[in-house]
Amino acid sequence: MKQVGKEEGVRTTGIPSKEELEASPGYPNREALERGPIVVIECVQDIPCNPCEMACPKGAIRIGNPITQLPVFYAERCDGCGRCIPICPGQAIFRVDITYAEDKATVSFPYEFLPMPKKGDMVQGVNRAGKTVCEAEVLRVQKPKKFAHTAVITVTVPKGLSMEVRSIKRNHESPFST
Amino acid sequence: MEKTEIFVVGGGAAGMAAAIEAARAGAKVTVIDENERPGGQLFKQIHKFFGSGVHRAGTRGMQIGRDLLKEAREAGVKTRLNTVVYGIYPGKRLGLVCGDHTEELTSPIIILATGASENALAFPGWTLPGVMGAGATQTLININRVLPGRQALMVGAGNVGLIVTYQLLQAGGDVAAIVEALPYIGGYGVHASKVRRAGVSILTSHMVLRAEGNESVERAVIAQVDEKWQPVAGTEEVLEVDTICLAVGLSPLAELAWIAGCQFSYLPALGGWVPVHDENMESSLQGIYVAGDLAGIEEASTAMEEGRLAGLSAAEALGYLSHEVAETRKIEVQERLAALRIGSFGDGWAMAKKEFLRARCEK
Ligand SMILES: Cc1cc2nc3c(=O)[nH]c(=O)nc-3n(C[C@H](O)[C@H](O)[C@H](O)COP(=O)(O)OP(=O)(O)OC[C@H]3O[C@@H](n4cnc5c(N)ncnc54)[C@H](O)[C@@H]3O)c2cc1C
Ligand code: SF4
Ligand code: SF4
Repeated sequence: MKQVGKEEGVRTTGIPSKEELEASPGYPNREALERGPIVVIECVQDIPCNPCEMACPKGAIRIGNPITQLPVFYAERCDGCGRCIPICPGQAIFRVDITYAEDKATVSFPYEFLPMPKKGDMVQGVNRAGKTVCEAEVLRVQKPKKFAHTAVITVTVPKGLSMEVRSIKRNHESPFST
Repeated sequence: MEKTEIFVVGGGAAGMAAAIEAARAGAKVTVIDENERPGGQLFKQIHKFFGSGVHRAGTRGMQIGRDLLKEAREAGVKTRLNTVVYGIYPGKRLGLVCGDHTEELTSPIIILATGASENALAFPGWTLPGVMGAGATQTLININRVLPGRQALMVGAGNVGLIVTYQLLQAGGDVAAIVEALPYIGGYGVHASKVRRAGVSILTSHMVLRAEGNESVERAVIAQVDEKWQPVAGTEEVLEVDTICLAVGLSPLAELAWIAGCQFSYLPALGGWVPVHDENMESSLQGIYVAGDLAGIEEASTAMEEGRLAGLSAAEALGYLSHEVAETRKIEVQERLAALRIGSFGDGWAMAKKEFLRARCEK
């Protein structure tokens, strides 16, 4: 089955294209990423939404009025605390740390499927199309009460894939299999 | 017993918000709902909502539902549950079926907030068990905690189709694909991205041709369609699914408003035939208000704001709020509503709602 559609982008495939992401004000540039862990906001449509703006204690995300404006990300203010990740109803905010190790980066993402992976588990990192692109190790699973049942999972991935891996393969057993 | 001044029919987001506003102003309000508990669609919305952070965006729908019920209790709103309103007759008389008997009640003001019904889609095999509305699927998995099948096909890539797909995965099911006849995804991109990351493909310009199976759905046959929605020869594909969920739109549940004699207008952007209303949510009949999906299919956030407008206007009409106070409050709500109706997704709603006001002026 292949995706059909004239322009390839979030509206035809469900995946924001590289051009859409790079043109959006929520996407940090390379220099900013090289300074340390920061978030990458992949929200490219004018939807009426702004909880990310209120979640950030550093004022690093600005939407303003009207609330359909795209989130503007001020990378220099972001300390990578991750507070904005679980509150985003679009699950469109990820944290990337390309300074983690020589050959490894970390990616953090919201996750709402059971069973929940555990620290130390080896899992499959998937890209925006849900395709497995690498093995990943679970570094952290955060799910405090204030995240309201959205866990934030951090995995390590090969450095070259830090802007590709955006989730992990759902490890589910069908309740029908006996 | 105290005499009810406002009967609200339908205890969803819109009806509860209306009841809370009116009761806080001092009116005696009773909400009638056919279900065991009020809350309407909210309790099956287990996902975090969009909207303004000031207005609970980022909070799950079911939590918003719980909070509304609490506020309603605190405001002194009464509820009559397991009760269906079957008609409205002259003199604002409501016909009720409650358990084994019927009743007739009347109040000076009636607020209709009956919500919406799901559109169906007919294709060969659509009567096989396993073909169901996406809303029904959502009720099964999130309210009754029953997974309807192991592998589903979702028809429609609007927000309902995308969200219910995600929730089917959360419930432990699998979704073979989402097919969408339009060449693009109608729902929010971020919802689409979530299901794509979870491995579900979204096939735009695709349609379900038929469902096959002996006793129930065993397969779905899909195909690519051209601009005229005609299947393209040679593109048929067979998907092994046992469930086909239809997320092809909602229509206002407007029977009561029709019976009452409200004037209607046909507005595709709002789901079809919608009772005409003014900016106070009053229908063409004095003292009968409409709000929420009944007044045009939008979202829970807009439904609540419309409910608040109806509640404030009703309280004002009963003399519980001075004109000045009511106006100030209504302007606040209207500003929030306007903010929810902008952008490429909300523009259609805003335009359609303006049509109403024009229609009223011409009357
Ligand atoms: C399947 C589905 C999925 C949705 N998903 C989302 C979503 O993810 N996010 C979002 O923001 N919005 C969503 N919506 C839209 C949102 O739920 C609605 O816009 C919102 O709930 C509308 O509120 P309401 O009060 O108008 O209607 P409802 O919440 O539907 O409430 C209407 C109530 O009235 C009752 N009722 C109707 N007729 C009678 C009668 N004659 N007698 C007694 N009681 C009656 C009904 O049983 C119901 O309880 C969805 C809607 C549907 C149908
Ligand atoms: S990670 Fe923390 S500092 Fe950075 S944008 Fe999110 S909330 Fe703000
Ligand atoms: S909370 Fe998420 S979906 Fe909403 S505007 Fe911010 S990034 Fe976009």
